[in-house]
Amino acid sequence: MTDTLLELRGLTKAYPGVVANSDVSFTIGKGEVHALLGENGAGKSTLVKTIYGLVKPDTGKMTLNGTAYEPSEPRAARAAGVAMVFQHFSLFDALDVAENIALGMENPPAMADLAARIREVSEQYGLPLDPDMVVGDLSAGERQRVEIIRCLLQDPKLLIMDEPTSVLTPQEVEILFKTLNILREEGTSILYISHKLEEIRTLCEHATILRHGKVVGNCDPRQTSAREMAEMMVGASLHVPEKAPHEAGEVVLSIRGLSAPAPHQFGTALKNITVDVRAGEVLGIGGVAGNGQDELVAALSGEMKTAAGMVVIDGREIGRLGPNERRAAGLCAAPEERNGHAAAPDMSLTENALMTGAVRKKLVKNGLLDWPAAKVFAEEVIKAFDVRTPGAANTARSLSGGNLQKFVIGREIMQKPRVLVINQPTWGVDASAAASIRQAILDLAVSGTAVVCISQDLDELREISDRFAALNEGKLTPPRPAKGLTIDEIGLMLGGAHDMEVAHVDA
Amino acid sequence: MDFSSINPILLLASLMVAATPIILAAAGELIVERAGVLNLGVEGMMITGAITGFIATVTTGSPWIGFAAAAAGGAGLSLLFAFLTQILLSNQVATGLALTLFGLGLSALLGQGYNGIKAPEFGKIDIPVISDIPVIGPILFSHDPMVYVGIGLIAGIWYFLKYSRAGLVLRAVGENHEAAHALGYHVIRIRILAIMFGGACAGLGGAYISLVRVPQWTDGMTAGAGWIALAIVVFASWRPWRLLIGAYLFGGVTVLQLNFQAAGIAIPVEYLAMSPYIATILVLVLMSAGRAPGSLGKIFHASR
Repeated sequence: MTDTLLELRGLTKAYPGVVANSDVSFTIGKGEVHALLGENGAGKSTLVKTIYGLVKPDTGKMTLNGTAYEPSEPRAARAAGVAMVFQHFSLFDALDVAENIALGMENPPAMADLAARIREVSEQYGLPLDPDMVVGDLSAGERQRVEIIRCLLQDPKLLIMDEPTSVLTPQEVEILFKTLNILREEGTSILYISHKLEEIRTLCEHATILRHGKVVGNCDPRQTSAREMAEMMVGASLHVPEKAPHEAGEVVLSIRGLSAPAPHQFGTALKNITVDVRAGEVLGIGGVAGNGQDELVAALSGEMKTAAGMVVIDGREIGRLGPNERRAAGLCAAPEERNGHAAAPDMSLTENALMTGAVRKKLVKNGLLDWPAAKVFAEEVIKAFDVRTPGAANTARSLSGGNLQKFVIGREIMQKPRVLVINQPTWGVDASAAASIRQAILDLAVSGTAVVCISQDLDELREISDRFAALNEGKLTPPRPAKGLTIDEIGLMLGGAHDMEVAHVDA
Repeated sequence: MDFSSINPILLLASLMVAATPIILAAAGELIVERAGVLNLGVEGMMITGAITGFIATVTTGSPWIGFAAAAAGGAGLSLLFAFLTQILLSNQVATGLALTLFGLGLSALLGQGYNGIKAPEFGKIDIPVISDIPVIGPILFSHDPMVYVGIGLIAGIWYFLKYSRAGLVLRAVGENHEAAHALGYHVIRIRILAIMFGGACAGLGGAYISLVRVPQWTDGMTAGAGWIALAIVVFASWRPWRLLIGAYLFGGVTVLQLNFQAAGIAIPVEYLAMSPYIATILVLVLMSAGRAPGSLGKIFHASR
């Protein structure tokens, strides 16, 4: 059907403690959109870095267009016609678009000519972009366009895209797919990595599935369901989170008229939020980002103090207490931003475990740290939540995003809090890990914890919530039972129809 | 008080001389910091250049050979910093401070036996015709060659950073070293070259003090000029022409307050002595709008 562009044979790469790729072989045809699937840590990133010349394989061969291909560095890969769009953008904020693009080219033309070429290519592929803009001022979608145009200016034969859509709005995804389809028609091959299986089903014609560094299967995504692909990635049937039947208990957390000014210029003020959460209940809070989610988490966790009576646990007013005092009172929280907020990137997992676990797990004795106990606690979290890391001594930064997410959520859940507040618990986490995190949240609720789960993933909230409420410009709608709530009704709640509950009762 | 003793033409002419060592050292540090490295050892590299340049000049009799030796001395000491911070990944702030202390000690050791000797004259060049223009001639066109080397260096750095490919790569490395690495640029190699350039410039600046301004050798004679150079780089928001303005401002107020002291003005000497620092900081803070290179002072390790 199609000729072979790139063939990989027996690629193996081991790092100390981890075999990232083991005997990986597959081929990519000319003009083919080829998906590379796998869980976090399955070895996808190492594999594409090998193809792009950033990583040298221990053994194995690559053939590009029938000739041996051994790129010693990215320059060699680019010269051979391989271009890559990075997961974490490889852009320079302080430089303008044209300068950023020039840096990714081997022999860039003079700046004036380059600007003209950029305009030309951006028009040709429907990716509007101004070469004189400073990259730091661009949106995520525009920044990605800079990377794509940088690749396109070099007429690549193979374009590698590492999770290109994770930061894009649905409209931006649509634009991207149109561009990729134009490229495919022109005969460019694309190696596409994504967690979003539905995307892969619409875009890709071939998929290779990696698990623990090995190729475990191939499929045609257009004829395979997302669930089947997810099960191939996990190597087991996908577990759908279930909640054991139980009755909600007494009210544990009461938020009474919680109001707070915006903490900074771009923040949102909280306006008169009132809600009770019972033992064993999951309250799901939905809403578009920037409607007060971060502020609500801060007000509940104790990062932001409020009037004493606004936050009450088991009848005790804790609005004026700090995070550690609230942990002692039974409230644990996990904020959204993993690196730098939920975890200190350059500290080890043991140290990170100690920082929030010290109070409830009694890891401090007479003002001194109990390192052995902290290590045991960190290792318990790693084991219980299947965090892929060589050990608790590794830094938080060294973990992939999904793995670190499992660690920070696991760390709070393992403290068996009375109240758990979490923001975006499965953001950037693959399907099976997301399922296990959700299951852990449900299990915790069954054991009698009151859970407040804030998320922008409505499917997630419908799956785990007992009651659902929406945050809108710092105001919370009255919660409604999640069971039987339709997407339309949720949409109305998100849109700010605060009086809907009243109307509902009247009707 | 007798202000008539202050000759404005002479004042402006000596301002350019007073500012030159700072311009030379700061220009080098500007390149180092734009590459993302914070080298606090400028003072140590300056004083090392001052003594190696002085020894070479006294031995050979040629100030030009002396300046070449000063650049080599400064660059040699900076290689120590480059090895520690780029290869062994040591902390840049601590290493830079240590480099200053080491340079001060090393120069005092090398300078034993050179105290009190006068360096051979480094002639002024009177540029023909234009140096005869009244007022402007003596201010601008009747100096020793290094004054013009300093200005040329600033112009060259400005052009290099703004228009050359190599300058763009250097800025990219300083702005985001991980992205530069991902694109296949040799972060560590580029930084080592930048550090050596900074060391050579600091050496020239030091030698200018020991060969032209003073001109003789005394222990610790750079007397904080390296720290001023460091501060001016920051307050000039890492831009070459602002750096030149800052250095001239500092040199100008320094010369002016010395003249005031000589004229016996009724302001305590301490206030006059601090005035160059205050004036420079104030003006550059008011002007400053730029931001630091994104990777400044961060350790780069290719594995993450």
